[in-house]
Amino acid sequence: MEVPRHWRLKQQRYALVGEVCPHCEGKIFPPRDVCPHCGGEAKTPYTFSGKGTVYSYTIMHDAPAGYDENVPYTVALVKLEEGPMVTAQLTDLDEQGVQIGMPVEMVTRRIRQDGDERGLLVYGYKFRPMIAGAR
Amino acid sequence: MTQTLPENLLLKPNRPVGIIGYGAYVPRYRLPAIEVARVWHGGARGGLPIKEKAVAGLDEDVITMSIEAARNALARAGIHAHALRAVWVGSESHPYAVKPSGTLVAEAIGAGPDIQAGDWEFACKAGTEALVAAMGLVGSGMGRYALAIGMDTAQGRPGDALEYTAASGGAAYILGPAEEGLAQIEFSYSYVSDTPDFWRRAHARYPEHGQRFTGEPAYFKHITEAGSRLMRAAGTTAADYAYAVFHQPNTKFPQRAALLLGFSEEQIAPGLLSPVIGNTYAGAAMIGLSATLDVAKPGDRILVVSFGSGAGSDAFQILVGEAIEERRNKAMRTQDYIARRTEIDYATYARLRGKITLK
Amino acid sequence: MRDVFITGIGQVPVGEHWEVSLRSLAARAMLAALHQAEGLRPQALFVGNLLAPVLSHQANLAALLIDNAGLDGIEGHLVEAGEASGAAALHSAFLAIASGWVESALVVGVEKVTDYIGSGVELALAETEDADYETAQGLTLSGLAGLVMQRYLHEYGVERQALGVFPTLMHANAVHNPNAMFRKAIRREAYAKAEMISDPVNLFDMAPYADGAAAVLLSSRAAIPAGFAQPLVRISGSALVTDRLALHDRADPLAFDAARLSVERACRMAGILPGEVNLFELSDTFSIYAALSLEAAGFAPTGRAAQLAEQGEFALNGRMPINTLGGMKARGNPIGAAGVYQVLEAVLQLRGQAGANQIAHAQRALVQMLAGPASTAVTHVLERVS
Repeated sequence: MEVPRHWRLKQQRYALVGEVCPHCEGKIFPPRDVCPHCGGEAKTPYTFSGKGTVYSYTIMHDAPAGYDENVPYTVALVKLEEGPMVTAQLTDLDEQGVQIGMPVEMVTRRIRQDGDERGLLVYGYKFRPMIAGAR
Repeated sequence: MTQTLPENLLLKPNRPVGIIGYGAYVPRYRLPAIEVARVWHGGARGGLPIKEKAVAGLDEDVITMSIEAARNALARAGIHAHALRAVWVGSESHPYAVKPSGTLVAEAIGAGPDIQAGDWEFACKAGTEALVAAMGLVGSGMGRYALAIGMDTAQGRPGDALEYTAASGGAAYILGPAEEGLAQIEFSYSYVSDTPDFWRRAHARYPEHGQRFTGEPAYFKHITEAGSRLMRAAGTTAADYAYAVFHQPNTKFPQRAALLLGFSEEQIAPGLLSPVIGNTYAGAAMIGLSATLDVAKPGDRILVVSFGSGAGSDAFQILVGEAIEERRNKAMRTQDYIARRTEIDYATYARLRGKITLK
Repeated sequence: MRDVFITGIGQVPVGEHWEVSLRSLAARAMLAALHQAEGLRPQALFVGNLLAPVLSHQANLAALLIDNAGLDGIEGHLVEAGEASGAAALHSAFLAIASGWVESALVVGVEKVTDYIGSGVELALAETEDADYETAQGLTLSGLAGLVMQRYLHEYGVERQALGVFPTLMHANAVHNPNAMFRKAIRREAYAKAEMISDPVNLFDMAPYADGAAAVLLSSRAAIPAGFAQPLVRISGSALVTDRLALHDRADPLAFDAARLSVERACRMAGILPGEVNLFELSDTFSIYAALSLEAAGFAPTGRAAQLAEQGEFALNGRMPINTLGGMKARGNPIGAAGVYQVLEAVLQLRGQAGANQIAHAQRALVQMLAGPASTAVTHVLERVS
């Protein structure tokens, strides 16, 4: 059971909460102790919009333990509109599949369970193709 | 049964309560009813209860779907989640038996810790039960904004009649002072009795139901009592409402309920989603209302009557306000989600809904 | 700094050693290396290993391996740097001799993969990624390679099938390596039909994980007795460079900066240019990494490594032979031991002991091991001492 770890990461995972550097105003995700842009200490929370584009992707057929039930699934590098890149699964893909450059948006989904069916459910960000519709 | 009921029968808040924002969610997968019939009966044996139902993906559950509907509601409300004083999720498929869905939904949408966050259960009216509670919280002045969600990933035993319809989806509502609302909930009325038409015991995977007993003494009795008593107390008739939404376990029940209460097919058309998304249980009346708000005009009155087995109905009279025109464009509409559609076969459905035993 | 020489090498064939334990695998390689070294005894052991704590439930590995090999009482260190653990252990041993701390140091890379059955192996390997932000997304090492490869194909307009040139070359080179896991050439048609692992990475793009152990003994000039029988090989350059661990944190995920910088630093230390080596043992854990390693080292322009490989530039008789005994793909990938196998194979070439695959007049070798997509890169320059 890794309950404390999942609990500690909930803000980042549920809502894509990263940081904005108080020194250089660079947006940071995932959060870091030191700003990757200017080297200052970064501690101010910043909630990302969740909009981005696919930079690269891979379709996973051989999953590590804990993810086997979901194969095949797609993992992507998503370039967020605020700048940072994030590694995340893509979900709700249709027949069109994935293309590099495709616009995607963040959704909060079930990632896996911690251990067996008695374990904690782990939720976190994934990205899906932007849905056509009013916004 | 024709005498006017006292107006104090109605649950009417001290301070007028409005819908500040609303949001729907329907997952993308659709299982045609004919596909269920194919697997269990070699094809249709006559009429099918619906055309197709919405099915949640492998990574979806009541919590994730509630989060998305709530985000849509927040976008329409234009308030910060920190202003909420309650995050209430009504469902009969909470992912945990013990551990609130509400706290996780609240955290994900950015609500603060100053909230009520218990989960609600009353079969298919768990969502509207939360809505009535939210009216109370806001209407009493105890809190300014409250979020009430009805959402389900409904269960139906493989091969059972319910499997044709048991679907995934629902909607979220943020209530607040009526003057900020896109609609006012003028009052509600609830009618309940101990009627065991459908239940699921603790630790049971699938519900049991009383087959034809679920009809007259359960669904129709409670829907019509709640609807007619509200209208008599309010001094209204069906003609006073632009639209009506009834709990929709299939296509026919809400159509018949409408007929019994004097409503036309046109009045229930925008909110009758069960033919294309199925029965979303605690989400059904809630998402019927969101689809109706998506098309309603200022000044329209809407009657909503939910039904939950066990049994009871919550009826609401809603008056649509000016702000609807502008706010409904601030988030995905119910029909946008319905239009996003990927048809699946029974095998894929069985996998998505965990009906294939892996260990 | 003092000169550092390789005075003994030992290995076990890479493969599925169901009947041999972690400690015995290591001992076989260690004892073989010591046997070659004519009585030279190490004062320290540097172990390269990644998975023992997870898959064999064995930590404190240095003490165990020293104990089991009968080297009682000497200094012992475990070095972990993902798949580059073995190479990093060699770098540490190099520092220990160069600094004058010890006169001889034994390096053993060992990995026991087959003690554990199931997808837990992939998970254990994936723990070399950023656990909170990469592994947590269900991303494996092959998944990372898939992300890199997909972008590479997109950015440089390379055909997916083009990268098949690398596994084909590795298999051809392994045919004459008695310690290789696969000693059979493959055809490009088989590559084209291989099943997907992490699309676009297919089964042939991915070096097979296997058991293995390889050891090298390092010694100072002073420690080597007059008339030492083995041809001497000197480590003339040694560099370890890290990059941002998570691919998503890099400005350009295709840059492999650590690979490039470690080649530059190792060659500068050796006083040579990369082009002055006779062979390059690189990290072909995935086909795409072979391509990017070649490009980072300057042996191919960006996006053109596969094209040059197709023209024969990296074959045994080409301009810059790579992975002369089959590399990870065909010799097998014993993970934390892989970096030591590479060095050992380069030593065979420089000593003139590489058999049918001997590169004529091999004088210098460049050897590079990467962890994942070059989050750690360890590069050594080896020179035959004439």
